[in-house]
Amino acid sequence: MSTQTDNQTASAGNRSSGWVIFVFFLIGFVASIISGWVAFPKLLYSTKQQPIDFNHRVHVEQMGGQCDSCHYFRKDGSFAGAPTLEECISCHSYPMSDDPNEMKFIEEYVNQEKEVPWLIYAQQPPCVFFSHAAHVKGADMQCQTCHGDIGSSTSLRQYQENRITGYSRDIWGHSMLRLGEPDHGGRHQKMNDCAECHLKQTGSKGNCFQCHK
Amino acid sequence: MKIDRRCFLSLVVGGAVGTTLTPVPWKLTDDIAIWTQNWPWTPVPEDGPNKYVKSVCTQCPGGCGIVARTIKNRAIKIEGQPDHPVNNGSLCPKAISATQHLYGPSRIQEPMKRAGERGQGKWEKISWDEAIATVSEKLAELRTKGKPHEVACISDTDKGSVAYLLDRFLRAYGSPNFIRTPTSLDAQELSLYLSCGQQGSIGYDLKNADFILSFGCALMDGCDAAGQIMSAYAGFDQKVQLVQIEPRLSDTAGRASKWIAAKPGTEGILALGLGHVIVRENLYNKDFVNNFSAGFEDWQDESGTAHPGYRSMVKDYSPDKVAELTGLSSQAIESLARSFVRARRPIAVSGYNSTGSGSLDQALAIFALNALAGNIRKPGGITFVGEPDYLSWTEMKIDKTASAGNQQPRVDNAGSGSYPHARYLLNQLPRVIKDAKADAPVQALLVAGANPLYTMTDNKAAAEAFDRIPFIVSFSAFMDETAKHADLLLPHPHFLECYQDVPTPAGLPETVIGLSRPVVKTSYDVRHTGDVVIQIAKSFGGFIENAFPWKDYEDFLQKSLSEKWKTLEKKGYWTEATPQDTTWSEAFRTPSGKFEFLPRAKFAGTGSAKGQALVFDNLSLPGDAKELPLILIPYTSARIAHGPVANTPFMTKTVDAGVIRKNDVFVEINPRTAEEYGLSQGDRATLKTPAGQARVRVNLFEGVMPGLVAMPAGLGRTGFSEYIAGKGVNVYSLIPGVEDPGSGLNTAWGARASLAKA
Repeated sequence: MSTQTDNQTASAGNRSSGWVIFVFFLIGFVASIISGWVAFPKLLYSTKQQPIDFNHRVHVEQMGGQCDSCHYFRKDGSFAGAPTLEECISCHSYPMSDDPNEMKFIEEYVNQEKEVPWLIYAQQPPCVFFSHAAHVKGADMQCQTCHGDIGSSTSLRQYQENRITGYSRDIWGHSMLRLGEPDHGGRHQKMNDCAECHLKQTGSKGNCFQCHK
Repeated sequence: MKIDRRCFLSLVVGGAVGTTLTPVPWKLTDDIAIWTQNWPWTPVPEDGPNKYVKSVCTQCPGGCGIVARTIKNRAIKIEGQPDHPVNNGSLCPKAISATQHLYGPSRIQEPMKRAGERGQGKWEKISWDEAIATVSEKLAELRTKGKPHEVACISDTDKGSVAYLLDRFLRAYGSPNFIRTPTSLDAQELSLYLSCGQQGSIGYDLKNADFILSFGCALMDGCDAAGQIMSAYAGFDQKVQLVQIEPRLSDTAGRASKWIAAKPGTEGILALGLGHVIVRENLYNKDFVNNFSAGFEDWQDESGTAHPGYRSMVKDYSPDKVAELTGLSSQAIESLARSFVRARRPIAVSGYNSTGSGSLDQALAIFALNALAGNIRKPGGITFVGEPDYLSWTEMKIDKTASAGNQQPRVDNAGSGSYPHARYLLNQLPRVIKDAKADAPVQALLVAGANPLYTMTDNKAAAEAFDRIPFIVSFSAFMDETAKHADLLLPHPHFLECYQDVPTPAGLPETVIGLSRPVVKTSYDVRHTGDVVIQIAKSFGGFIENAFPWKDYEDFLQKSLSEKWKTLEKKGYWTEATPQDTTWSEAFRTPSGKFEFLPRAKFAGTGSAKGQALVFDNLSLPGDAKELPLILIPYTSARIAHGPVANTPFMTKTVDAGVIRKNDVFVEINPRTAEEYGLSQGDRATLKTPAGQARVRVNLFEGVMPGLVAMPAGLGRTGFSEYIAGKGVNVYSLIPGVEDPGSGLNTAWGARASLAKA
């Protein structure tokens, strides 16, 4: 019995004491908290510049105040999304102002007949089938409800791309905890966000195959 | 202060606890999940405005109207064309998944010539100019030697512009050897020609019939008229009776009002048995039979020789005798005969890739039932659909060499003394080549649209025969089994990339011409076979060039279709506006001017009274019944393409695990047969027939007759791509040919077989 106690005391003398262990625990804890909350988002997202700093406000004013002047529905009901170069050229074959962004657009894209590689903030993965017609025409929703008041902006927001998925940060939302409304004033666009709104508005979250065909 | 292992562990634990309180694990899990669903190498359809192009699928002769949705130059989705007179919006899996072949690795992308041994798969890319020059030189050489008739062409169809151009080229060049691949159509066309004197195909007005007696037709089992059948079936009401005679519970049998499992190969005998009951009970249509038919009663020819009529002949086929031969009960035969003939608009149907024997006599026996019912040229009955006459042709002049070549007998014996009425007998070609002592009688072979080394029965014998042909040219769009054994590949575009006319599909009761047109621009260096034929002809100069006064295929098609072209361009199809003539007085162009139950033309020259009877006795299958006690029958399915072009991989995915699992094919046998041979579900077995043997697995199925082994057709491909080849066994390779003595056609409906546990 006494031999055992001696052994224990002897080995205890060789060990680090409790508070040292706690300090290490704290170091690990605090370091991970900091890296998880501060470093991780910076690592996960890369910041990209839009090819042209587009002024929505000017265009809305010139084009009659409606989003669908440029972001229109095709005859068959499908949504055209961002305008193609061909559509831009219908006004911008020559410069309409001395704005440096317009000059850049004409030099680099119009003159070279190259499509502008816009970075789409609300781009969903290809496994998602989303119908603008069902929401805008069918449910009479406003563009701003999901996309925020982009129409009155004078310059494009920063675009952040998720390095793993390749998709825009807007889908998840800026807040890592998904708290609060998005900065752009629209909605977050993860699957659960769709489901939540559908539950509220239609009484059902919907079925898998409605969006995942 | 001591820093040891425990401190390190504590740091890790602290880090782990802290991490759970950050977004790292939850956000990473979500992102990885999204990443795995969107592999960057997975092709994603382009985004852009949709365009819808109306066209026609030409992967089989069915002529179904399609609407192809495209984005930019990419075909995205194919659907049935609503309101199309053939398919009315319905479509088979082969057409729906056609884009997979369009973009798949089976395509031949540019002209190539063989670099290694035949079939070795070594190819050298060449230019189109060189490819066309190679063909022209070879053909010119044969022509200079005075042997233009040693050139043959095998095509999957003899209708439509490409077949006409090929045939016209052969005629101008000096060869009579344009050969269509065998189908159930052969016996259909021949029976129509002999009994009614009409060249063309039989139209079945299924939409208006109320009693459809189908002799083994693969109506809903992947026949070459799937859209037509689905469209008719969708319109059937409760009163329409569909009776399916077939030894296996097929999809058609499953959907029929009544399924009658007669022994395979006895369909013709059953038709005569039904005729016996109808004649005995005086139930036939007297107006038609007495006034518009010949050969019903016994008759004498000019020389005074007596010939038995249909009435005398069916006397021998009493219900008791037929019951014994077919395995049915005599009551079932009698009641079937009565319900058939008493229906308001009954129709007896054969063809449609029937599982039954393709013998001429069987087709005649079934046709006779329609005559007894008096439903020829009546709504819900049989119509005559003439040969396509929409291509207006300019006369052509030919030189002496061509004329001498054209007068040579056909290499496949069609139209010869023994088979005066057969138009094409590809099944005889392997034997003719094998029996030739010196050089093979075919020195150059052109293969267009067909894939004979896969689709011919006993294709091993066919392959051996092809080995003796020194020059084989394939026009296939795909690296199919025949293209693999060719010397020169002149790839045709995929049907979604080119213009082509589509003649009235077999079985359809009215004339409908379709126009297949480019849905997308091709991304390969391929050329339309029509263009290539015109270019080859032009390279000859002289008479041959003059026979082809068109700039290219499109020019030819537009000029030939003349005023129909506009309608076809706009609507995608053209239908005959004139109503069908339903009178009988002018309907028949036979020697007697009437419908002939036992066609005199068939027996002309044979001189014997015995020749008047329809022959069924000689159609037994080759092989020793003791050694090979079972019978192998092929079956077709809408989910497995059994024609020249293989399944798309998407189609293979729809096939049940009881049909194919990994690379093993399952044969269906009745549990009683399984017990007799000591086999259980899923067992591996060796299947032997006189044509060869194969490793299979067994699937116990009560829907197949005892004593039969049913195997799906369309598997066991060796060509195309790694995603298609090597799955199962080609059932045609196990079936030896059986020649119909009456017509020379291949009537093999199965093969004697044995099955032993492996």
